Amino acid sequence: MVSSAKPENAKVHVGRRAFVTLVALGAAGIAFGAEAQKTVGSKLGSGIGNLLPGGDRFRIYSITGSYPAISNRRYRLKVHGLVEHPATFTLGDLKAMPATEMVKGFQCVTGWRVPDVPWKGVRLSDLLTNAGVQTGAAAVSFDSYDGMDSESLTIDQAHLSDVLVAYEMYGEPVSREHGGPVRLVVPQMYGYKSLKWLSGIRLVDRVEPGYWEQNGYPTNGWLDGTTGATNPNPSLA
Amino acid sequence: MTTMTQQRPSLATLLRFDVVQRSVHWINALLFGALIVTGSALYFGSFFGIVFARHTIQMVHLYSGLALPVPVLVSMLGPWGRRMRADLHRWSDWTRAEIKWLRTLGRAKLVADKFNPGQKANAIFVGATIVVLLASGFVLQWFRFFPVSWRDGATVTHDLFAFAIVAAIIGHVFMALTHPTSLRSMFTGTVTEEWAVRHAPAWLAEERGVNDD
Repeated sequence: MVSSAKPENAKVHVGRRAFVTLVALGAAGIAFGAEAQKTVGSKLGSGIGNLLPGGDRFRIYSITGSYPAISNRRYRLKVHGLVEHPATFTLGDLKAMPATEMVKGFQCVTGWRVPDVPWKGVRLSDLLTNAGVQTGAAAVSFDSYDGMDSESLTIDQAHLSDVLVAYEMYGEPVSREHGGPVRLVVPQMYGYKSLKWLSGIRLVDRVEPGYWEQNGYPTNGWLDGTTGATNPNPSLA
Repeated sequence: MTTMTQQRPSLATLLRFDVVQRSVHWINALLFGALIVTGSALYFGSFFGIVFARHTIQMVHLYSGLALPVPVLVSMLGPWGRRMRADLHRWSDWTRAEIKWLRTLGRAKLVADKFNPGQKANAIFVGATIVVLLASGFVLQWFRFFPVSWRDGATVTHDLFAFAIVAAIIGHVFMALTHPTSLRSMFTGTVTEEWAVRHAPAWLAEERGVNDD
């Protein structure tokens, strides 16, 4: 297969070509790796796949580059805005309320997925009912202790029975990295909707796009494999 | 041959890596060490849920990564980079015999140059991988300036190439430890002629000024 006309010591720029090919491969990975990841991640499943790129495990992201440290004692959740009874909850207050437990997959918009995560917390709908939502309220905005992240749900989405204000994950208090002491969990949507370090629940008259929405992610982040193009709950916008 | 010997007395030692190359190598080794340690902590730490000074580790990783190409580029640009540039050409230009040697995993006959085809392939692989890691790392850090899907792609690309380069570095360290003369030349810069006769005869001939055609 080697052309015999060329002498054995004639130089070919194989090195440069290999270099450019590898770099091009990397560029393609950045541009199109998201799709490949989805396939690989679902094939590897859990187990050893957890430690390999593309495996199913949590990746910890933070917008600010650090994690807010809030002690359980000093934690406060403010429910305010267009409500009849604005209130501030301590962690103890939340734990005293009827608890809901659920096991749900956690799907990140960047492609990774963690199956079967057990959560425990208070239904958001219970908090809203107690607060007494005013008729003008059309959406809920969520604020984070990190000072930058924010999220939003329509009032109907916020009343889904599996939207949780969670204080336990895998049977333990939600860790600081995972958004503890209290985070939002919206299992029917991509992970960025599950705001970490929840500090405030504000009832507002229209949807305020959150941090990630302002950076290009869909406001209605329904899980469907194609970044919220279709809504499995058509009645909920 | 006699006249040749009179003009150029045979050298007891040969300069394999000059001080610029050695400095760049060890600065890179240091930065790579920092990148691997911090990268592993970030990668495995979040999986095992270990709480540590994550922000600090992220910053060490970021700045080590950003610093990584600087010594290499500086070493190649100025008048001090003559040897660096010459070696770069050696990695790029391959003879057919070298390609054959690599394809047969070292079984084909070869009069080896300064670097054998395995070393050349490693250099190219590591160089290209650094470029990919820099590019994907850049997208990860400043994701806001890129399409959303690039962040997803950069995540998996950065992981895969990082795994690959760590494997290459483990191989590199293993080869260095099992070839002490080669390793020593990265400290002292020189190798003996005896070594060159065995491991880099084509280079030896070139250094002696003998036309090997």
